Amino acid sequence: MSKYLLDKFLFTVDRDPELTERYREDPVGTVRWWEAEMANTLLNSTAAEKTTWLAFSDEERRALTEQDHVTLFAMGAHPFLTLTLFIAMFERDHGPMEYQLAYARAMDHVTMPYPDIST
Amino acid sequence: MAELVAVVASTHHPFYHRASTATGADRPPFADEWVAKIERFRETLTAARPDVLVMVGSDHFHQLWLDNMPQFLVGKAPFFDANWHNEEREFGLPKMTLRGEEELAAHILRDGLDRDFDLAFSNELRIDHSITCPIITLRPEADLPIVPVYTNIFAPPMPRPQRFVQLGQALREMVESWESDKRVAVIGTGHLSLELGGPRQFGEHGPDPDFDRKAVEWIAKGDIEGCLAEVTLDSLHHPGNATHGFMDFMLMMGVAGAGQEADHVDTLDLFHTMEAYFTWYPQGDPR
Repeated sequence: MSKYLLDKFLFTVDRDPELTERYREDPVGTVRWWEAEMANTLLNSTAAEKTTWLAFSDEERRALTEQDHVTLFAMGAHPFLTLTLFIAMFERDHGPMEYQLAYARAMDHVTMPYPDIST
Repeated sequence: MAELVAVVASTHHPFYHRASTATGADRPPFADEWVAKIERFRETLTAARPDVLVMVGSDHFHQLWLDNMPQFLVGKAPFFDANWHNEEREFGLPKMTLRGEEELAAHILRDGLDRDFDLAFSNELRIDHSITCPIITLRPEADLPIVPVYTNIFAPPMPRPQRFVQLGQALREMVESWESDKRVAVIGTGHLSLELGGPRQFGEHGPDPDFDRKAVEWIAKGDIEGCLAEVTLDSLHHPGNATHGFMDFMLMMGVAGAGQEADHVDTLDLFHTMEAYFTWYPQGDPR
């Protein structure tokens, strides 16, 4: 389990408009490409200084590929990152606040305490 | 020595800019009341005639990231560009550039380290809506130099609430020991109860109106002791999963001082969150 890597995916995809669109249109291809090319990129460095050990578990890869915000929440991905990116991808398909409220309703079954988001 | 002329604590609602500038059918029904409250709040800062603003806020995973995460960070640079792509995208926030007050930033860093606060620093900081929202609400001219102070209320492990209060108390001493004739206001923003990305988000009110009512009372009365008796890192999960932003209000209670009643208190019950606005005048009310 790497909550850090889930967060890194959400963080890097959210801040890049081209990647946000690519993830919306082609989640399977984008997650596969990202894990191969981006997961081990040290963000504050040059391309040559690769990290050597970061990879998704099967469950994490599946949650990202299925754009399953409920499972990402259960895994302890940072809820702010997930929400911000998912609003960017899907709010446009809905009326005002409709997407945000549906996003919350999908988690109605969640009880306190919420999953730990520590990385 | 510099004079601390105002201490201002506020929520930072990123939708204010869009709500307050919308017209016609796009203007939400609560916009006029919200703008009126903000204008009254703005007058409390204007009346203090500040020269410099120390701005306490929290980066929302914009520049500060999990590969290199400071707990408390001071921006020391001649300029600060502001607002990020995703804030423009989601909230319609404009790009901004604010001047920095490097002399005060250098003093806070030196004095803070000497007071046992191991402050991180940044010489190239792009600030986000936790600092630009109060600029937009309180000083829309954006004409005063700032010293940004970022706190980690976002990525565990975080400092405990007591530490935020202590930093606020120390920050006041740092400002008041700055060898300058400048008039300084300290402005900090945080949240009352708030849920983001969880089942309680975007409700008709904030997720925990009882917490909000208590929180407003603690802040308005400067009741640091009462607040610290109830608020812990663990307890802050209950009012809503983003409620750790309340610790920035606790920092501001530290700046204002224990038992200091606020000279201006106002709230606005909005969908999603309770807005709250406070001003203290350490040198007496100039109005």
